[in-house]
Parts: sequence; structure tokens; C-alpha cells
Amino acid sequence: MANALEVKALSVRFGNLEVLRDLTFSVPEGSALAVIGPNGAGKTVLFKALIGSLPHQGTVRWKQGTRIGYVPQKLDIERDLPITGRDMLHAKAAISGAARAEAARALDLVNLSEGVARQPIGTFSGGQFQRLLLAFALLGRPTALLFDEPTAGVDEPGEERLYEMIRRVQEAERLTVLLISHELSVVYRYATNVLCLSRERPCFGVPEEILTPERIEQVYGAPLKYHRHA
Amino acid sequence: MTWTGLALSTAMAVAAGLVGCFAVMRRMALASDAMSHVALPGIGLALAFHLHPVLGALVALLLGAVLIWGLERQTRISIETVIGVVFSVALALGSMLATGDELIDALLGAPSSVAGWEVALGLLGSAAVVAFVLTQRDRLVIALVSADMARTSGIAVARLELLYLLAFAFTVALGLRYLGVLLMGSLVIIPAATAKHLARSLDGMFAIAVGVAVTATVAGEYLAASLQRPTGPVIIVIAAAIFFASLVSRSRG
Repeated sequence: MANALEVKALSVRFGNLEVLRDLTFSVPEGSALAVIGPNGAGKTVLFKALIGSLPHQGTVRWKQGTRIGYVPQKLDIERDLPITGRDMLHAKAAISGAARAEAARALDLVNLSEGVARQPIGTFSGGQFQRLLLAFALLGRPTALLFDEPTAGVDEPGEERLYEMIRRVQEAERLTVLLISHELSVVYRYATNVLCLSRERPCFGVPEEILTPERIEQVYGAPLKYHRHA
Repeated sequence: MTWTGLALSTAMAVAAGLVGCFAVMRRMALASDAMSHVALPGIGLALAFHLHPVLGALVALLLGAVLIWGLERQTRISIETVIGVVFSVALALGSMLATGDELIDALLGAPSSVAGWEVALGLLGSAAVVAFVLTQRDRLVIALVSADMARTSGIAVARLELLYLLAFAFTVALGLRYLGVLLMGSLVIIPAATAKHLARSLDGMFAIAVGVAVTATVAGEYLAASLQRPTGPVIIVIAAAIFFASLVSRSRG
């Protein structure tokens, strides 16, 4: 299988602080990579380097013709903006050359109703907003999706549904997915590979190898409970 | 007021209303107000060299826009801080360069007879700003929500920011003769702030902001002429009255 993404010797520094050091990994097309690690380990920084919004050293090579859909963790916007879900989706459709009908299809994929999409984004619940961002990312036919903690601010049943949806969309659209998550049981179920970032050396491999109690303790600095599905 | 004057001030107000929508949503309200101050040293220098003040103001504003864009990218401090510092200094310098009646006119606005080239510059400039906001609205909206989402959608975010700041600077230059250096920023901000409060969609916001800006400008000019007051303060008082009325109506609704 060809690689959708190849990363070699990636380092990111903020002044004297080295956030990421010498990361090397690859993501096969159509696979799902989960990025785990404690707070401050540089997970979001890694994503920002991958999408080219942070200066970095080393190489980040996306397969030619890759279109990225990015779902950020949280947005620094005011709650009372007079921008509706439709405003956002139509804007994305317009600049990516997609037909407006595709906006309806994206809404359908993420189970968000037209009625909700017509409301200002400040009135959306956490889960609705995440689904809107997912629909936004899906517009314009991306080949790779990057999720930074897609279930932050979503309650537990909503969390489960959101991951199911990501899984469904990934299969339907044959997407490569990169996902930052703290939900190790989810990671265990969904990920093809796991990249763990920690202050010690990073590790990369299939979930069965990486998600062992010893390794988890090493990465997080404490034992972590998670439900391991057989 | 002549028809030419009316057309000019209406065109300027439409541009101000539209540009202001993104300034308010980007939380640049105070910064935008301060940004108009950078015109003052330009006006002062133009007067000293016997050039038309509008030209001096325009050059200073466009340079100011490029300066804050560059500073923000280089230093990574917030745009509010950069504008606050740079443009307060500009106000101080400009006040030293221009004096007496000239200073009062530059600060508060004094519509006088307009030359043919000014009419052309005003109408074409307003049309250019309006065209920029309307054709780039999709990119501006996405960049406003998230620069990273914009980047992954293929938007050249840094270039868009520069173009927006230039459009903003240009709009301020267009309105200086009516509102002056101190108050032009307010005509960009107050109608858009009113619209942000009342609107429930982007189209709605554009329509309300333009409506408030045009109403305040045209009504303000007539009222200032009949009261024999400087136009700038009258226009802003009317715009502010509409803003406060919108607060009351929304809280009742």
C-alpha cells in the first residue's frame, strides 16, 4: 500500500524549547493513525506542523494530490458571531469548487439537519459543532482527515456516536485518518497504527504493541485504565 | 449637499459598513479605531509639502497596514497590541506636524468642495473595497473561524490578511474628509457592531451594517450642515444612537 504521508526527522522548536524531536513515521493510504500522549507532549503541534502552519525541521511529505480536511480541537471564536453553519459550508463549497448540493451531502454524512445548520454557530451544542466541523472538513473531497481530539466537549454517548461516524465516513470515502485522542479504548478499536508522544522517546506501531500497560505507564507517567476490546 | 457629494459619501459608507463586519468579528474593534490615527502624520507631512492631505493620509494608512501586518507576523504579539502602540505614536507625531485649524479639520472632518479626481478616487476606491469584501467573503469567513482550517482549505491566509488590512486602510482614507482621523474608525466599527448584535447570518450582518453606515453618514451630513457643526461628530452620534437603540430592542425582543 502506498503511503499517504511520510514524515522524516521532524523537529519543532519554540525558542529554546524543543517540542518535537526527530520524529519519523509514515501513514499508509486508507489507514487510521492515532496520536496519543500526555498533555504538553506536542500532539497538536505535530498536527500544525503536518498542515504547514508551524515552521519545522525535517520533512513532511504528503502524497501528491492530497487534499486535507482538518478538524481543530477548539476554536477561539466568539459565541455570538452571526455566521450560520450554512454560511461556513457554503464558503467551503465555493472555494473548493464543490457544488452547493455537496454541502447537503456532507451534512447528511454527519447526521446534522438542515434546520440546525441554518442557525448561528454560537447556538450549536458541542457535539453539533464538532459534526459541523467534520462536515466542513469533508467538503471538497479530502483524501486525508486530521482530527484533533474530536470528542472534546462532547458527552460520552455522543463521543461513541462521533467515533462511529468518523469510522463510517472513513470507510465510505476511503480516507486516510489521523486522530489525536485520549480515549485509549477507542484508539485500540479504530487505529491501524499508534504514534505515542512523550517527553521520553516516541514510539510507533500497531495498537497491540503500543497499548500495553507497561508502555502506557511509560508514556503517561502513570498507569491508565482503559477498556481493551478483544 | 450636491448629488456628487451624496454619491461619494454613500459609496464610502457602504465600504465602511462591509469592511467593518470582519473587523468586528475578528475582535479588531479598538485596534481599528486606533488604526485610523496613522493618517494624521501623513496629513501633516502633505500639508508641509503643499500636497493634498488625502494623498498624504492614503500613503500613511497603506504603509501603516503593511507595517502592522509585518510586525504581527514577525513578533507574534497580538494585532491589538501592535496597532495600539504604533498608532497612538502616529497620533502624537501627527499632532506635532499639523497645527491650528488644519489639525482640527484633520481630526474631526470638514467636507469642502471636491475636485474631480477626488470624486473618481472616492467612487472607484469604494467600489474596489466593496468588490474585495464581497468576492473574498468566503475566504474571510473561513480564515476568521480558523486560520488552520483556512490553510488546509487552500487559502493563502497571510496574503488575505494583508489585503484585508489594505482594504481597511483604504476605507479609512476614503472617509477622512467626512469624519476625520479621530472618528473614521468609528464609522467602520459602530455600524458593524450594531449588525453583529442584530443579525443571525452573514448576509443579514452585511445588510444591517451597510444600512446603518449609510443612514448615519447621509443624515449626519445634512444635520451637521444645518447645525453648523463639524460633520464627523454628528455622524458618529447618529450611528451610536442606532447602536444603543439596537441594544434596547434586542434585549426587549
